[in-house]
Amino acid sequence: MSTTHILIAGFGGQGVLFAGKFLAYKGLIEGCNVSWLPSYGPEMRGGTANCSVIISSEDVGSPIVDAPDVLIAMNLPSLDKYEGAVVPGGKIFYDSTLISRKVEREDVKIYAIPATRLASESSYRGLGNMILMGKVIKECDAFKAPDTREALSKVVSARHQDLLESNLSALDIGYNL
Amino acid sequence: MSIVFDKPHALTDAPLHYCPGCTHGIIHRLVAKAIDDLDIEGSTVGVAPVGCAVMAYNYFACDMVEAAHGRAPAVATGLKRAMPDNIIFTYQGDGDLASIGMAETVHAATRNENITVIFVNNAIYGMTGGQMAPTSLPGQVTQTSPYGRDVKLCGYPIKICELLSRLDGPEYIERVAVNNVKNIKAAEKAIKKAFENQINKKGFSLIEVISSCPTNWGMTPEKALSWIEENMIPYYPLGVYKDRSAEKKEGEQQ
Amino acid sequence: MTDKVLMKGNEAIAEAAIAAGCRHYFGYPITPQTEIAAYMAKRMPKIGGVFLQAESEIAAINMVYGVAAAGKRAMTSSSSPGISLKSEGISYIAGCDLPALIVNVQRGGPGLGGIQPSQSDYFQATRGGGHGDYHMIVLAPAYVQEMADLTLRGFDLADIYRMPVMILADGTIGQMMEPVKMKEYTPLNISKDWAVTGTKMKRVHNIVNSLCLEPEQLEESNFKRYERYKAVLEKEPMYEEYLTDDADIIIAAFGIAARVSKNAVNEARKMGIRVGLIRPVTLWPFPKKAFEKAADRAKAFISVELSMGQMIEDVELAVHCRRPVYLCNRVGGMIPSPEQVLSKIKEVEENLKK
Repeated sequence: MSTTHILIAGFGGQGVLFAGKFLAYKGLIEGCNVSWLPSYGPEMRGGTANCSVIISSEDVGSPIVDAPDVLIAMNLPSLDKYEGAVVPGGKIFYDSTLISRKVEREDVKIYAIPATRLASESSYRGLGNMILMGKVIKECDAFKAPDTREALSKVVSARHQDLLESNLSALDIGYNL
Repeated sequence: MSIVFDKPHALTDAPLHYCPGCTHGIIHRLVAKAIDDLDIEGSTVGVAPVGCAVMAYNYFACDMVEAAHGRAPAVATGLKRAMPDNIIFTYQGDGDLASIGMAETVHAATRNENITVIFVNNAIYGMTGGQMAPTSLPGQVTQTSPYGRDVKLCGYPIKICELLSRLDGPEYIERVAVNNVKNIKAAEKAIKKAFENQINKKGFSLIEVISSCPTNWGMTPEKALSWIEENMIPYYPLGVYKDRSAEKKEGEQQ
Repeated sequence: MTDKVLMKGNEAIAEAAIAAGCRHYFGYPITPQTEIAAYMAKRMPKIGGVFLQAESEIAAINMVYGVAAAGKRAMTSSSSPGISLKSEGISYIAGCDLPALIVNVQRGGPGLGGIQPSQSDYFQATRGGGHGDYHMIVLAPAYVQEMADLTLRGFDLADIYRMPVMILADGTIGQMMEPVKMKEYTPLNISKDWAVTGTKMKRVHNIVNSLCLEPEQLEESNFKRYERYKAVLEKEPMYEEYLTDDADIIIAAFGIAARVSKNAVNEARKMGIRVGLIRPVTLWPFPKKAFEKAADRAKAFISVELSMGQMIEDVELAVHCRRPVYLCNRVGGMIPSPEQVLSKIKEVEENLKK
């Protein structure tokens, strides 16, 4: 019996909801129960966006993640807002290109990933979210296998299948860090 | 003996509840005659309004739906979208169509919804006992404008044909009257055309029929008919306000 | 598992409606249900269906009325303020004994309120909302899978009982994604000989109408309608029971509140508190008997709601006030946390010991 509560937060446009959907599909394909809950409304347009993803071997009760086991912070306001909410022993992944401060918590595992820099260096500008996800897949027990193609193909819409390979490459960069 | 006049088949035998001298009866007959002439009774569904014609569902022999006040064009939209091959008409008064149902009227028109709207304008709320209508004339005395319609207080009458004809959507807009034989003949033609347009899938056709309300106008039926001639028609000029097919033809000739 | 797809609750409703044979959808944009309209706008033209963005919620419900009168399956969706506008039309649909499906993805009120989840339209949905004596069957999904399943069921119930059915969801279930598997669906074979499809000159005209100026006749038609409602009350209550067999405390909660409560029940059980959950799936008919029976054993009830306490009245009625019923709630778009529910459970447990 295990349940992983994941919270992804960042600016609108950073691919927060997309990344969450990818993780949910990854969990689903691996036989877990999953839920994905976005923040919705005007705040999504250019403001902060976040989504709750739950991956569980049990039925998912409340889909709301207040106390994440895993926090993925893609900008400073998100880290400021949610750092304190992570459960002791949890994990914080953050984009260290966009967040210059250090994580203050000492009772969590911290992964500082310069995702935005790595994305632009490797000509995958805008795919910092997927670089982070690559690392998340590798480090979180909720995800069993390294394969991401099937899950990704579910979330990349049919008319954007050309983006599948670049997203996979970005995931690889994160996974191999 | 030869039959020179008969009740249209599309009218039932139910006795009409309208007041003596009311012209709703004439308009019902014109609608039913158009249905007969075009042989569409079996596929026609009518939508009755809230107002004096609320019980029109008892008078037309075709299938009928009774709509909420003002909502007939929306109900007719649903019917037509569900049954594109059936003929759908609404029969509405001035309060129903031009006041509470204005949004539904304008939007059905602008969508060029392929329905036929019979709009009976008698410048008063009849069913509730003679209150001011959106089409009551300036100065007209009603129960709720006892000193005459004061345009400074409650604005001007709404001229539906003029208003709708400015939209790009509707196919056909015409105003007729039923106060004398000549006008009734013209009204008969217009109503028939409004149904033909639908059969030919041309779209939204609205016929405004200037009608009388002797009871609530406080006049004899005869006086009411001349009041139409002297007061209503000058304010609401008769004629074709929009005929898109004709416009197109003219365009082609150029 | 991979035969399931992740769907938003709102999309699941739309897809299920299409599976149920609904080819006429009329909507008007309002958060947080707009995905239903967007989904229908995309899908309907491809399957020969009708999607129409109406000029108002009022027009939309009356278009539904027209399609329903024609004997076809029709649907509209909105969120709380829009449902108030539709209430006139819903009353007419009920008064004409027409089947239709109305979706309310609730948001906080009153007035324009907010756009975050709420359950504060419980009274409006279960008590009528519009004027006159009438009911809707009210279905309350708690999972995205149920958004689909109850939509299928809702269309059937509407046709069987010739009455409007409402899916009473909330912003959370509407917006969230979960795995969904569309059920195999066999359309009902129900004759709609009352529909206004044109006489074809072969029968007397059908009339779809709610006007009746003779009090005796109008009374009679109300009596007849309530005979049908009686059958609904007897046959159609649906609910889920969770760990109620030995429970001293029973939580009553539907939709998102039930999911939150389930977490709290699990935590309380770990602490040795005997607590269970009854989750009404139909809010009308309310699953009275389940509560009546539970009251034989359980000593107290807690109604967990995203409202100022609306369903609690039905719980009190169902247990005939034999047991205390406490309220645990958040409103205005806030959602009770499992911790809040757990602390209420502990508080009630303490009260019971006294």
